[in-house]
Amino acid sequence: MKRRLYANLQRKIIFITLLVSFIPLILLGVTIYYQFAQVFKSKIEEQIAYRARVQSNAIELFLKERTSILLAMADAYTFDFLSDKKNLEKIFQIVNNRVGGLIDLGIIDSSGRHVAYVGPYDLIKVNYYSEPWFREVESKGVYVSDVFMGYRRVPHFIIALQRQETNKRWILRATVDSDVFEGLVRTAQVGKTGDAFILNKAGFYQTHMRFGGEILSKSDLDTTIFGEGTSVIEKVNANGKKVLYAGRWLKKNNWLLVISQDAAEEMTRLFNTKQMEIIIITAGCILIIFTTIFTTHMTIKRLENYDRKMNELNAQLVHSDKLAALGKMAAGVAHEINNPLAVIAEKTGWMEDLLTEEEFQNSQNLEEYKKSLHKIEEHVERARKVIHGMLGFARRMEPHLEDVDINKVINETITFLESYARTNNISIINELSSDLPIIASDHSQIQQVFLNLLTNAIDAVGKDGTVHISGLSNNSEIAVSVRDNGPGIPKERQAKVFEPFFTTKKSGKGTGLGLSVSYNIVRNLGGTITLESEEGKGTTFTVNLPVVIPEKK
Amino acid sequence: MNTKPNSTEAVRPGSAKQPDSIRLLIVDDEKDFVNVIAKRLSKRNFEVTKAFSGPEALRAIRKADFDIAVIDLKMEEMDGIEVLKILGKMAPELPVIILTGHGSGAALEEAIHYGAVEYLAKPCDFEELFDKIKEVCAKTGGKKNV
Repeated sequence: MKRRLYANLQRKIIFITLLVSFIPLILLGVTIYYQFAQVFKSKIEEQIAYRARVQSNAIELFLKERTSILLAMADAYTFDFLSDKKNLEKIFQIVNNRVGGLIDLGIIDSSGRHVAYVGPYDLIKVNYYSEPWFREVESKGVYVSDVFMGYRRVPHFIIALQRQETNKRWILRATVDSDVFEGLVRTAQVGKTGDAFILNKAGFYQTHMRFGGEILSKSDLDTTIFGEGTSVIEKVNANGKKVLYAGRWLKKNNWLLVISQDAAEEMTRLFNTKQMEIIIITAGCILIIFTTIFTTHMTIKRLENYDRKMNELNAQLVHSDKLAALGKMAAGVAHEINNPLAVIAEKTGWMEDLLTEEEFQNSQNLEEYKKSLHKIEEHVERARKVIHGMLGFARRMEPHLEDVDINKVINETITFLESYARTNNISIINELSSDLPIIASDHSQIQQVFLNLLTNAIDAVGKDGTVHISGLSNNSEIAVSVRDNGPGIPKERQAKVFEPFFTTKKSGKGTGLGLSVSYNIVRNLGGTITLESEEGKGTTFTVNLPVVIPEKK
Repeated sequence: MNTKPNSTEAVRPGSAKQPDSIRLLIVDDEKDFVNVIAKRLSKRNFEVTKAFSGPEALRAIRKADFDIAVIDLKMEEMDGIEVLKILGKMAPELPVIILTGHGSGAALEEAIHYGAVEYLAKPCDFEELFDKIKEVCAKTGGKKNV
């Protein structure tokens, strides 16, 4: 019953402790993780957006530089001058020296015919009148085209500008070096999976992608989701991977520079952090579980011990209360019996007195009377001894000093126990040296001590054995030993025998008080009581009493 | 050795030679006990007066002189200690032996404190009582025997 109560209590304490430890710990872990993830993600987005912004500025600048220098040339020279191939070659050289990145340069008249051309291809005969860009440049004046295949069947884009002379319109057209341009775009590629490319408004690739995505093919990306300025979006690509895209419109919203980054690659550090956090929290939880179980177990054990001790103490208290009541009763009973005993004794004595008178001397039964009276006296004496023994036990007074003859005390005690020993076939052998000094001590208390020791010795032997009493003295103390040949006391119990209520006797047979009381009496009288015991051989109790010479009265 | 065995032997011839009988008051509410003790002591040449309670004892002492009193401690009307207290004022020179069946150490000490000279526990050996009485009388009687 008690055990189950403690087990329940233990479970409850463990459960509550774990609950109040885990909930804050896990909440804290989750919160920290999400906060960190958020900050981390926004940092990555910021970073990629920044790269898109910087790169788009660089590209815009690249196009603007080339457009500006071409405009300057067109402004500075006339159609006739530039139509001369030699002059055009010179201009091409100057321009490429200054800014570079151009493959060819051509002058086209208003009918779309190539008037002059400098470059690696043979395009002098080509008429551009029906080309889309030709219309665009006619309407806009300056035009940077999307990438297209053109006559050379190679993807490229051009910068074209129209000039008006008095009665003539002509066009200066330059092809941008794709390698140089793509190289510029590609500088924004970062990491193992990062990519940078340009899409036109309709979503066709204007530069090569790093992985797949042929130039002029249609991209999966919907360009309309990229708004003003720089926008960052997250998308799952064809391979099922999360990819971050930063897009920024350039060239008057005709081209979209896209910088992509595998989210997983960037997030690896975050995942590492998450893993680390999970490990730490798990380890923490395990530690908490073990500590909680351990400490709870210890606490409950201790509680159980205290409880048990308290119960023992309570039992002892009840026991000693009973004994105290018994003691009082014994004293009362002793008085009530002593008075009639005294009357019996005196009446017997009176009869003996009378028997000495002459009239009885001649009676035939005189001897019978005498014998009977003597028997009555003997039994009164027996009853008296019992009562005195009982009183001696009940009495717990401070020792009061009187002349004590140890030999006499022991002989008296042996008399009490003789018949008890004889019925169990135990012989009590008194080997006390007869010259033990008379000391000042408490007769009845010393008698109680030896009564206890002898009773214990007889009980230890049980049946058929011997109890030896021996005694020695020197100037300072008397040592009396009571040795039995009983079963002995196991080592682990030897320390306990002087504790109150410790008994090995059957319940009802011993109170467990005898040795404890004896120990206290001997200590109060200034002596010591010790034991030596060997299992299977027997036990010896030795009482050492100080030799205190009685004052002469 | 002790003086006791010697005194026991010394008393017996002494009791026979006693010229005047000892006047003894025995006080106990156990009537049978008082009666038989009185008879036994009278047979041994004592002049015994019986009292069955404390007040009765005090009345007897007021009326006559005694050489010694034997008083029980536990009596119903007035206990032995009370009697001793009064005797302390009334007859401080009267030696008192306490004879009681109530063997409490504290009560005996109290009795000694209030002037009792000896005490014996009931049931006692008559010879022991007899010796004690003789012993006490020998000590105090010398002064009184004038």
